[in-house]
Amino acid sequence: MTILDIIIQQLTNGLILGSFYSLVALGYSMVYGIIKLLNFAHGDIYMVGAFVGFVILSFVSTLLGDGWLGILPSMILAMTAVGFLGVLIQRIAYRPLLSAPRLSILIVAVGVSLVLFNSVMVVTIGEYKAFPSGLGYEGITMGHVHITYTQMVMVGATAVLMIALHLFIAKTIYGKAMRAISIDMDACRLMGIDVNKIIALTFFVGSSLAAAAGVMAGVYYGSIHFFMGFVIGLKAFTSAVIGGIGSIPGAMLGGLLLGLLESFGTQLPWVGTEWKDVFAFGLLILLLVFKPTGILGRTEIERM
Amino acid sequence: MAEPSTPPPAAAATSGLAGLEERLFVFFDKRSRRRLVQGLLVLAAVSIPLVGDSYLLEILTNSFFYIVLCLGLNIVVGYAGLLDLGYAAFFAVGAYTTGILTSQFDWNFWLTIPAAVFFSIIAGVIIGGPTLRLRSDYLAIVTLGFGEITRIAARNLKELTGGASGLIGINRPSFFGLELNQIHHYYYVFFILVLLAVFVSFRLQHSRLGRAWQYVREDEDAAEAMGIDRVAVKLYAYVIGAVFAGVAGCFFAGKMTAISPETFQFMQSATILMAVVLGGMGKIPGMIVGALALILFPEIFREIGSVRMLVFGVVLVMMMIFRPQGIWPERRN
Amino acid sequence: MRILQVRDLALSFGGLNVIDRLSFDVDEGSIVSLIGPNGAGKTSVFNCLTGFYKADSGEIRFMDQPVTKLKPHKITQKGMARTFQNLRLFKQMTVLENVMSGMHCRTRAGALGAVLRSGSQRREEAHIRSVAQECLEFVGILALKDRLARNLPYGDQRRVEWARALATRPRLLLFDEPAAGLNYDEKERLIGLIRRIREELGITIFLIEHDMGLVMQISEKVVVIDYGKKIAEGGCDAVQCDPKVIEAYLGREDEEGAADERNRS
Repeated sequence: MTILDIIIQQLTNGLILGSFYSLVALGYSMVYGIIKLLNFAHGDIYMVGAFVGFVILSFVSTLLGDGWLGILPSMILAMTAVGFLGVLIQRIAYRPLLSAPRLSILIVAVGVSLVLFNSVMVVTIGEYKAFPSGLGYEGITMGHVHITYTQMVMVGATAVLMIALHLFIAKTIYGKAMRAISIDMDACRLMGIDVNKIIALTFFVGSSLAAAAGVMAGVYYGSIHFFMGFVIGLKAFTSAVIGGIGSIPGAMLGGLLLGLLESFGTQLPWVGTEWKDVFAFGLLILLLVFKPTGILGRTEIERM
Repeated sequence: MAEPSTPPPAAAATSGLAGLEERLFVFFDKRSRRRLVQGLLVLAAVSIPLVGDSYLLEILTNSFFYIVLCLGLNIVVGYAGLLDLGYAAFFAVGAYTTGILTSQFDWNFWLTIPAAVFFSIIAGVIIGGPTLRLRSDYLAIVTLGFGEITRIAARNLKELTGGASGLIGINRPSFFGLELNQIHHYYYVFFILVLLAVFVSFRLQHSRLGRAWQYVREDEDAAEAMGIDRVAVKLYAYVIGAVFAGVAGCFFAGKMTAISPETFQFMQSATILMAVVLGGMGKIPGMIVGALALILFPEIFREIGSVRMLVFGVVLVMMMIFRPQGIWPERRN
Repeated sequence: MRILQVRDLALSFGGLNVIDRLSFDVDEGSIVSLIGPNGAGKTSVFNCLTGFYKADSGEIRFMDQPVTKLKPHKITQKGMARTFQNLRLFKQMTVLENVMSGMHCRTRAGALGAVLRSGSQRREEAHIRSVAQECLEFVGILALKDRLARNLPYGDQRRVEWARALATRPRLLLFDEPAAGLNYDEKERLIGLIRRIREELGITIFLIEHDMGLVMQISEKVVVIDYGKKIAEGGCDAVQCDPKVIEAYLGREDEEGAADERNRS
């Protein structure tokens, strides 16, 4: 393989990986932006998304057959279902603690994460499940690099979701309310905004984006596992911090950047795939030290 | 250490559980009574090996080990109010220090303890130093990442750590020529560790540093305005917590004689955190109760088996919502 | 001697100049007030002085040493203490423990001393307690020392804050609206206290206050700012007659309504 081949290959890998990271990072960032909670359970939402997609697809594919014809409706259904799960979690676990000390709500988020992935573990007896996507490896070949249509559709779908989200935040009244709440929740309450409803909506949107990523990851990797959300949760958080936590374009950008960095980083002779996660977390720590506001983060008054 | 003793409000003794709490408070308000109960507990713990079978001793030794870890994490979470989700990593640092130094460099077990303390401090400073300057919740996720890094490093540094299959043949400690190889030996060793950990925790809690942790936990800005270096104070807590786990890890390695990276996964950290929250953050007796509950519960209810962590998760959420102070009651003022 | 010198201090966020090339001095042993309409940037000045905000430019010198880039706890160690506009007590702790926090920066026992409980550590603990009690005595609430801070009435909570600031053994004490929320009697006592702090303890006082009666009664110098800029400085009488100050507070005739609005908000 030539250098160019490697670059194209890693660019593709990085974009796909980055798409997953971005989609999950968005939920992290949105929730953080609105209620300043690091939702540790968000990676598990992604995992649950993959499993819900798996179950729905098992039914849908008997009706509509294999391939994207079955996957797309399954994905939309999974997004809806998991969106409601996110709202439910917010309602039961987080809302009672909104005004409690920060530590309490963080611990609850850890508890929610335990509940989610252990539930899936119990149901699946901890086994890997083959994701029945039924997609082939057709695609286009450039030099020594083969890019499948599946990969292209995924990057395309991510782009569509992001544009939709951007329009939702920028153009609708709900998006405006979200931005307003992230600036001053109490003022919004006084202005008659139904703050609880908007927070629930934020969880819905964030969770369904993570579910979309989960379903796509299932399709892409071909198998799913109860623990798949753990590392991506960390990576998505890293992405959100890279982009500037709380910033929506930042989360998109940060995810893609981390995906690319990781793909190219593991090509370095001294990194290697077994150290790939160490690479990402090392990056996170460096970033937090030198630029905690990220690329597009809102700069608050600098504290000494 | 004079604790303010106020008469109980009569109205509080209404419902059953609250009434019980109230009566216990009144009972334990006298220092002599507290001392008596503490003495009886120690006496009971010391005499259990005379009557208990090895199964019971094994479980209790394991509980003691978790009590030490909980007391260590309590300094970080309970006293300083920092969320550490990678606490098992420090326990791994201690265990691997002992493991590597005794099995590959033939060190004496006892000499590995200062080495483990040293490496725990280094690890604590490397992780805590940069992140503690930031908002506290970032620490949680960085520690989560650090836990993973440690585990991956333990897997990948095969020459040193034995990779995924781990280290075997770790030297057991000897005590004046007596090799500690019986369960009741370890029962006493870990019991002494518990006493030591309780003592250190208690002294720290009621000191200038202990107060500083509480100031920072309650209001960082005000603490800073009072001339308290919030980063240094938190780092102190973080590093002392690391040392607790490191030392516990040494004895863990000595007892098991074999360790592997999977012992130190996230679930381990989550379990310890669970016990701390369950018992009641910041309270020493709470840590003992929390750790005991955590170890005894799955032993008593064997059938829950694989759903154990699921139950823990549910309990964690419910505790924070309905009884954030934990099982152990809050001291009244 | 000048205990505090501020030169060309500037701070902005989001393009808004909160503090705009502000310069003033505080003489040692004096009582100086910083006044200005709501939103003029007074608390931001305090935050810059005490290291909570990092100024964009300018210099702050305290006792002839630059403190511009120091962190808050370092500044407190150097002898500049503050109170907060909204009470910031350690609510779950007792009054005595609250005040003991002030002595933290004047003591040094660490983890080892705490565990071993050495002689010096015990003496230090006793010293911290006695200083804290003296400070409580000074503000007149020693009797409340074992109560939880959150259970005190507002006026007493304020006094805990003052005692806490005094326990840091400051040379310069910054009061951010000390009279806010106090009734007439409490204000009278506050005036007495501020004078006693200066006379008996020799501590220089710099305060932000909205109650003009109080300001004019105790200040030897007043610095007036509006929109982060200094508009007047001097003795009480001079400042009160200064047309710029009157304009800032009352507005010019054509914008009276708007200015009133600002005063009220």
